Amino acid sequence: MTTLQSTHYSEPLVRPKKFIVSSVSSDAHMWNLVFLQLVLEEQGHEVVNLGACVPDDVIAEECRRVKPDALVVSTVNGHGHIDGLRLIQKLRAESDLADLRVVIGGKLGIRGHDNVAFQEQLVSAGYDGVFESEAGLDEFERFVRILEPRRTLAEVAA
Amino acid sequence: MTRGRFSRMVHGAAAEGRLVVQPRMGFGEVARMKEGLAAVRGARATSVGTITVDSYTRVNDHDSARRALASGNGADLNGFPVVAHGVDTTRAMLADLTGPDFPVQARHGSAEPYELFEALAEAGMDATEGGPVSYCLPYSRVPLSQAVSAWASCCQLLAGLDEPVHLESFGGCMLGQLCPPSLLVALSVLEGLFFREHGLTDISLSYAQQTNQEQDLEALAALRTLATQWLGDTDWHVVLYTYMGVFPRTPIGALRILEESARLAVLSGTERLIVKTSAEAYRIPTIPENVDALEFAGAVADSVTAEQVEAAAGGFRDTGILEEAEMLIRTTLGFGDTVGAALVGAFARGHLDVPYCLHRDNANRARAELDPYGRLRWSQSGLMPVPVPVAVPASDGDAGRPRVTARGLVSMLGYNERRFDLEQLVGSGTRRIG
Repeated sequence: MTTLQSTHYSEPLVRPKKFIVSSVSSDAHMWNLVFLQLVLEEQGHEVVNLGACVPDDVIAEECRRVKPDALVVSTVNGHGHIDGLRLIQKLRAESDLADLRVVIGGKLGIRGHDNVAFQEQLVSAGYDGVFESEAGLDEFERFVRILEPRRTLAEVAA
Repeated sequence: MTRGRFSRMVHGAAAEGRLVVQPRMGFGEVARMKEGLAAVRGARATSVGTITVDSYTRVNDHDSARRALASGNGADLNGFPVVAHGVDTTRAMLADLTGPDFPVQARHGSAEPYELFEALAEAGMDATEGGPVSYCLPYSRVPLSQAVSAWASCCQLLAGLDEPVHLESFGGCMLGQLCPPSLLVALSVLEGLFFREHGLTDISLSYAQQTNQEQDLEALAALRTLATQWLGDTDWHVVLYTYMGVFPRTPIGALRILEESARLAVLSGTERLIVKTSAEAYRIPTIPENVDALEFAGAVADSVTAEQVEAAAGGFRDTGILEEAEMLIRTTLGFGDTVGAALVGAFARGHLDVPYCLHRDNANRARAELDPYGRLRWSQSGLMPVPVPVAVPASDGDAGRPRVTARGLVSMLGYNERRFDLEQLVGSGTRRIG
């Protein structure tokens, strides 16, 4: 059985983007965040990983400081539909963060397949993408591919 | 040293050759929590009760928990908010259910649980768990030094009570998976030493089932040897956790891994087992699913014979876990005058380093991997004084081990899931164990 595989990504990376990866305030899970960081870094992107249990105001401050192309919120403890909703309402209320690309994914409630009920609510509240874990990673990767970098190519080259 | 009700029950069961089994269980509403505890008490197994608190209580956001209760959304909380419900409500709930044969432990995951511990003590809870490292690095943003000082106060609070409240170190479970056993064992003992330093003598040490049973047997034997050596003047027992990582998805696969953990517990002389259920891969389990898991684990434990236990005592190869864990304990204590200061100093210098842990006070330079037999080993030591197996040239000709990739990480995280689901999900023509 192969448990360690080295995967090589040879695709040209023309548009590196900067991401903040973060949990929500009450969620202590970490492997989802470690994994997302590796996924994004392997595609040539830059990641600032805020880790677990991040208060809303810390996320807002880091978004101002880092100026990411997108904020990626990952949560699996089942409170995502509550904490994630509060977070996006706060971010969207801030004039300088209202336009920030923000997506959320993971296990958003404690109802298994029925978590899909929360997705629509989160999108209406201002998320640019909601990726329930049952749907796999494809939709998220598509979002990353089509995302327009905030920085110009000249800035990236510098 | 005075033994509290929790330890009396566990040691009593152990003396009669019975494994104590315990669920993870927490519901937001009193009626349901009560129903869950009653079902666990009634299970055909030697069980103790669990009240897992919700995530808001864990981060001391009691107002959010109160709001959820007030707006009728208590059922959507992922655990029982002890502080938000209050001491009187919790005490009344416990009074009807607990007794010498059925003590209850509160489980929480909080880096700063003082307010919770006050409520637990007043409500008459028998036991709780955690630790300054194990509930800080994996689960919070609180600086380690702050968690150490919070936990010192918490230990002193418990130590000052007339009836001892048992405290379990969660140090043997760091991040649930991909942490080498020597570090798990060392952290469990170090947290035990921290508890003792602050006046507690009624404690337990933990270890989480990993990915190779022989390695786990060696680790649990090392934990018992070191606990005897370092904590001989306290009243301790060992608690094993059924695998905490990515869980098998099929009901049979989930039962197989639970079965292996129950056997591991008995074969290693472990007194208490925290089980997982067949629903674990999907959601928070129901009450009947918890009861099924407890009864199944209890039945498996009963089926292990004395001859099997005797054979297991020498049934593992010494790969140096005991030696490495002892070295980590001894050298860590050199980083400060107190156990708390030593832990802070050792992590600050990367002398202790939990692989993949993102907390800012963890160096996050050490890496672990699985060998082809599922044994955990260091792949990068960072600044830790541990040997890394000789690097093999990677396939692309680079010297040294390849950095772990997202795909490699997922593969390692899913090792047990694949292993235990194999017979259910793979046809016999393609099945291959190894």
